[in-house]
Amino acid sequence: MTTQTATSASPRPPAMARMIKRPTNRIWISVLRHSVLIVILIAMLYPLLWMVAASLRPNNEIFSSLGILSSHYTVDNYVSGWTGNGALNFSRYFVNSVIISALSVVGNLIACSLTAYAFARLEFPLKRLLFALLLGTLLLPYHVTLVPQYILFNKLGLINTFAPLIAPHFLATDAFFVFLMVQFIRALPSDLDAAARIDGAGHWSIFTRIILPLALPAIGTTGLFTFINTWNDFLGPLIYLSNSQLWTVPLGLNAFLDATGGQSSYGSLFAMATLSLAPLVGFFVAFQRLLIEGIATSGIK
Amino acid sequence: MVGLTLGPMIYSLYLAFTKYNLLTSPQWIGFANFIQIANDSRYWQSARVTLLYVLISVPVVLVVSMVVALLMNASIKFITGYRALFYLPSLLGASVAVATLWRQIFGDSGLINNALAALGINHASWIGDPGTALYVIISLNAWAFGSTMIIFLAGLRQVPQELYEAASVDGAGRFRRFWSVTIPSMSPLIFFNVLLDTVHAFQAFTGVYVISSGNGGPSDSTLFYTLYLYQQGFTQLNMGYASAMAWILVVVLAAFTGVLFFTARYWVHYGDR
Repeated sequence: MTTQTATSASPRPPAMARMIKRPTNRIWISVLRHSVLIVILIAMLYPLLWMVAASLRPNNEIFSSLGILSSHYTVDNYVSGWTGNGALNFSRYFVNSVIISALSVVGNLIACSLTAYAFARLEFPLKRLLFALLLGTLLLPYHVTLVPQYILFNKLGLINTFAPLIAPHFLATDAFFVFLMVQFIRALPSDLDAAARIDGAGHWSIFTRIILPLALPAIGTTGLFTFINTWNDFLGPLIYLSNSQLWTVPLGLNAFLDATGGQSSYGSLFAMATLSLAPLVGFFVAFQRLLIEGIATSGIK
Repeated sequence: MVGLTLGPMIYSLYLAFTKYNLLTSPQWIGFANFIQIANDSRYWQSARVTLLYVLISVPVVLVVSMVVALLMNASIKFITGYRALFYLPSLLGASVAVATLWRQIFGDSGLINNALAALGINHASWIGDPGTALYVIISLNAWAFGSTMIIFLAGLRQVPQELYEAASVDGAGRFRRFWSVTIPSMSPLIFFNVLLDTVHAFQAFTGVYVISSGNGGPSDSTLFYTLYLYQQGFTQLNMGYASAMAWILVVVLAAFTGVLFFTARYWVHYGDR
């Protein structure tokens, strides 16, 4: 806004002229704003930093210390957490989580983009009704389908497999991402499709050669958020995976907490918790712009 | 997609009128589940806890998000950095990792109590106290206000600058400009955030489960609706009862959404162009 007022040649309204006359005042306001924001940020992020620091400290020091700095850092907690103490085996949980998340992302990308293409570009009977139903499921609490889905997968004998956690993603049940992609594809000029059709392209080649490459931002956003959601998912694995060999990281962390209860191995707990957040933070740092634009323009949370 | 949502929904509606424990086939019992719910004190406790949570945490998140978005809207410097850092907790807030951290922070000898002890105040566990346990969970949700804030921030930048200038010319002060220009211009986004945050708040689960060790304690003070539904359905295998609970939630959320949409015509303003 500063540049705008500075370069604008038109006569200014009196209030703006008044603001410009008092530059010192504005600097103070700006300093105040920044200080308030920084104080809030420090308060918010301190617990996270403290956890990372605690994961690098010997156990006896964690609880006595409020600060982040320590005289002796150690990676013992990571080693003991990773190699497993007793019943818990975090290396396996990480592998399980990666498998489930990766397959879910693949499934969601294929299914949502195909469904979205159909809604955005094809004509078929009941399209409007089906689209309205799709939007309706956005506000539907997932608990309604939780019980019947569990019964279904139970009947199919798929409890204690990854199938219940992955299969729904291949059936485009994440209405939000379908919606996101429909909106995106609708905004693409349909002249491109028409031109391709004249050149003899069928739906499949229009989809793979024109729509998909142009919809990459929407696909990227969908992929990232699918990963984040499945990586953090707790209820799904809690219901479907009782065999501890199949546990995901969130289940492992929860079991760890219940097992330790006391304070003896909070160090390894925090080490594994930090490690479980690392992929999220990594993706966040790499794709921060894409993520934030995605939220700002589409309202994903 | 429709098959996997609509089919189960109808099946779930049927189950709501049955007694079913997965082992024997569902047995039609009419409205017995609903009558039992009406007389179930734990059910009402869970409804009360959830409602209290929604009524406190949604407004807190909305107000904090709006205030921070307003603070950031004017100061352009480092805005991408601020946005990213404020958003980070939203990304992590739904994870078990952060919930375990919260359990430590607010626990008996956690970060907060250690800080208080340094000031000479001794306090017991915030999670073990039925009076404060719910607020620990509310604070976890409020901590992740970043995504709501980013939506507000994006909206604030769309408010036409001429409106502020016109209001200033008419002698409107800072507060008046906020109330008569910013709020109406932002009303579609406020509507959107109220709707989504409320629907999400009704379904809070992960943090609740981890912080309360899965039992909704102490003395059911954090027995959320979803947690009680989980207990009924998946630890006691009362699938019919759980389905009935799920359908009551659907009706409540539908009613809430309906009321919100109905009131929208009085307070949500879409641009006239």
